[in-house]
Amino acid sequence: MNIAVCVKHVPDPNLPMEMDGTRLKRAGVQGVLDPGDEFGVEAALQIKEGHGADVTLVSMGPEASSEALRRGLSMGADRAILVSDGALEGADALATARVLQRAIERTKPDLVVAAVESTDGYTGTMPAALAQFMGWPQVTFATQVEIKDRTLRAHRQTTTGYHVVECELPVMITVTAGINEPRYASFKGIMAAKKKPLERLALADLGLSAVDVRPAQEIVELSKAEEHRSGQVIVDEGEAAGRVAAFLREAKVI
Amino acid sequence: MLQETVRRFAVDRLLPGVEEWFESAEFPSEIATELGQLGLLGMHLQGYGCAGVNAVGYGLACLELEAADSGFRSFVSVQGSLAMFPISAYGSEEQKEEWLPRMASGEVIGCFGLTEPDAGSDPSRMRTNARKDGSDWVLSGTKMWITNGSIAGLAIVWAVTDQGVRGFLVPAGTPGFHTRDIKRKLSLRASVTSELHLDECRVPGEALLPGVSGLKGPLSCLNEARFGVVWGAMGAARACYESALEYAKSRTQFERPIASFQLTQQKLVDMMLEIQKGLLVALHLGRMKDASQLAVEQVSFAKLNNVREALEVARKARTILGASGITLEYPVIRHMNNLESVLTYEGTSEIHTLILGEALTGLRAFT
Repeated sequence: MNIAVCVKHVPDPNLPMEMDGTRLKRAGVQGVLDPGDEFGVEAALQIKEGHGADVTLVSMGPEASSEALRRGLSMGADRAILVSDGALEGADALATARVLQRAIERTKPDLVVAAVESTDGYTGTMPAALAQFMGWPQVTFATQVEIKDRTLRAHRQTTTGYHVVECELPVMITVTAGINEPRYASFKGIMAAKKKPLERLALADLGLSAVDVRPAQEIVELSKAEEHRSGQVIVDEGEAAGRVAAFLREAKVI
Repeated sequence: MLQETVRRFAVDRLLPGVEEWFESAEFPSEIATELGQLGLLGMHLQGYGCAGVNAVGYGLACLELEAADSGFRSFVSVQGSLAMFPISAYGSEEQKEEWLPRMASGEVIGCFGLTEPDAGSDPSRMRTNARKDGSDWVLSGTKMWITNGSIAGLAIVWAVTDQGVRGFLVPAGTPGFHTRDIKRKLSLRASVTSELHLDECRVPGEALLPGVSGLKGPLSCLNEARFGVVWGAMGAARACYESALEYAKSRTQFERPIASFQLTQQKLVDMMLEIQKGLLVALHLGRMKDASQLAVEQVSFAKLNNVREALEVARKARTILGASGITLEYPVIRHMNNLESVLTYEGTSEIHTLILGEALTGLRAFT
């Protein structure tokens, strides 16, 4: 079985986010494998360990993205593809999906795994667009996956519990942060990753040109989220419990 | 990425428990297996399940481990550089295959028996001896201050023979071999320290390390381990410095953060300077070690300087934290107490000073 995992190199989310106009500042900012993608890599590796599979990581981004791919390879993925091209600067989710689809097709996958959303752009639309381009069904918000014969069985998180869904391969899944506990890249894994294949492709290698990846949307304005207002402080003079209960009732929490 | 991996592991798995382990004086045995899974045990050795990282990678791992606690770096130093290294460098093929993979995974813990009650800085005076009896060797003697002693499945014991000092692999449970823990330590509490007793302990001929004789065997191991201390001490110092910096910015006296006072800034800057200098020395040594150009005097230089300065950083940090600095709520006094051990183990600062003195003058101050 071949599994492709979409991964992204993002500015370290533990550092303060800086903007460059309407875009996130990336140059000169410490980047990491998107923490959300670690769950996808781990999910693929667990399937590999259970059933045997060849796991390919696929990313689109500047050369620095190879760092994120190296981390995934150190965790245990078999190979990686990085699509880098000057024409992709400023690409939106739709263009990204188009590019990733072309790159992923080369791996002849049975399963494509992605995080629900990236930790930098947060559009959450790329996986759906990718599934559409692949012409595949998509199982979203997976909190548990297993594969039996050629059927994927997954728990899909909902607001009140979960759905159990089954789907025949090939399928695209998005996984949530709760699905597993991503492993550390072991020292042996890190050393082994240095020798694993990392293929670098440009748009032309995928039969695409700059016209095909022109952004379909443009961010025209950015504004900061309203800061949380400071809470209400109740000094207990005997009636605090009642006032807290009244507040919670008003908020329809109790 | 190696450093990042160890740092994450330390934050996730070591720091949450370290205060408790230090206070209750225990080394958490499950951590040994996890360090093995991570590939930190014998990480700088090649083959037999070892990761084969370079000297700089080994150093960075030691740095991050000791930023959590010197006990963890000590554990990894002893396992990799004092127990696995001699097997890798001087062992027979059978010895390597039997022990190294299990030691790399953390299944078997090793210890290193050189120091004795009456032979510390002067190991040539060791009394532990081994005599040949048929094809066997019979060992007798006492080893002291042995990290991991009672939790070890394998002891590397150095003993005087009629062929000079030789190394022996003594598995736990061998008749005549037993250990006793050294209690009531106020330093390296999250680490096991023991005595090893060998009473007519009989091991087969194959237990002898064939590849080395003389004191250069154990001393070469110590030189490997000291290299890790050079980095580790800076990790402990960094943890103290970071704690002091954070505290100074949030602690208010005279209606302003104490970080705004010139005397506090002087301390913080001095700490930062020594840490950066120490790290540069460590990095330079690492690169020389990777180029096989590292001399023992250079390791002495760095061990002496970095541990001494780390202790000074810890003490300065303690003064910034005031009374808070003496509690286990903050990492500073724990590191400070640990560094008191690091100052004298793996060659005391006095001996390293005299090694450098000899290198400068050509005159040896000790025999």
